[in-house]
Amino acid sequence: MNRCARLAAVGCLLAACLTIGAESPRLPAEQLAKAVKNDSISIPTPGELFAALEKPGKPNWSGQLRGPLPTSFRNRAQIALNLGGLIADGFIAVEAQDSQQVKNTGTDIIKMAKSLGVSENILSRGNSINEFAENNEWDALQEELEATQNEVKTSMQSHKDQDLVILVSLGGWIRGTQVVSSAVLQNYDERSAKVLRQPALVNFIHSKINDVSPEMREDPLVKEVSDQLGQIEKLVSFPPGKAPTLEDVRKVNEAVGHVMEQIQHKPDAQ
Amino acid sequence: MKQALPILFSMFLFVTGWAETDKEVQAHKTVLDLAGAFSNDGFKMRDGHWSGTIKPHDHALIAVNLYAGNQYWFSAGATEPAKKIEVAVYDETGKLVPTESYNEGERAAAGFSPASSGQYYVSVGLVEGGESSFCLVYSYK
Repeated sequence: MNRCARLAAVGCLLAACLTIGAESPRLPAEQLAKAVKNDSISIPTPGELFAALEKPGKPNWSGQLRGPLPTSFRNRAQIALNLGGLIADGFIAVEAQDSQQVKNTGTDIIKMAKSLGVSENILSRGNSINEFAENNEWDALQEELEATQNEVKTSMQSHKDQDLVILVSLGGWIRGTQVVSSAVLQNYDERSAKVLRQPALVNFIHSKINDVSPEMREDPLVKEVSDQLGQIEKLVSFPPGKAPTLEDVRKVNEAVGHVMEQIQHKPDAQ
Repeated sequence: MKQALPILFSMFLFVTGWAETDKEVQAHKTVLDLAGAFSNDGFKMRDGHWSGTIKPHDHALIAVNLYAGNQYWFSAGATEPAKKIEVAVYDETGKLVPTESYNEGERAAAGFSPASSGQYYVSVGLVEGGESSFCLVYSYK
């Protein structure tokens, strides 16, 4: 090889090294597939979702509050799903800074949690929620609601009710997404609409639902909700960085609204 | 013997996977000191945490689901013999995300605001020191 060819080869090698060095390091797909996913870190709280929603402008939180729910369901899966939804309601009431609504929701959360046989310690959480609501301590209330949710889940795990844990998370996600999609529909803004993109989260929740015991999986409500999650996953799979259109948001809102109706439907109430 | 096996297996799971060790509790305390500092800037700390062990020059990886518009800080703390740890964030394709970083020996944090909502991966790496327990928490605003 002559000197010019050798210099050209070294130059090419250096250029290649610089190009490779300039690229951001990337984790291989096999490593990503092995990443830990857990309920307490991988699933965001309704508070996180609502914090992102209100960045472009505060929505009408009071308009998102709903009337009282029946708290005397008999089906344990249905109670767990509604309990998750109620905890999301607590976060909405905090955002609306409606202390009476926070106290009402807190009372319903404790009633439902007790009907699932969770620890008596949850009663002290109810007292704290009331006290913080009386004093308008909104940040403390958000922390207390998340701590209450975690205590309910820990108690379920220790009572070998592991299957109910994911249903509480699912109920909270569905109710949170119903509220966010409804708020975006009322006052469409691309930045707010972007928070609805969560395909991996729905996929994770769906896979956990598929892992519950065969008896729980065969529960008609769980089966129905699980079937619809597959469809919802497609509806929230927007390309990264692209905001969903108003029509996309409407479809998400209708789908989660339909699931929410089934979750809160009380068969013997008619 | 057949009856004893499930009991032994349960004890093994309890010791290896389910119970949080004293060192993990200590790592949790270490990270709460660090994450507490972000609360002064209006960040809300999640009640949940993730703990485990890391080997030298290795990392532990967890998936998180984040929302565009929020700001996040991921804080990690480790126990001795860890000398230096680091926290890094990757997007859903595995690409390293530029972050603000804080490093102070056995405590480290990474902060960023996602442009896109969706799944991200947070890695806690042991840069210097021996196998250690660690704990990760995160804060948002």
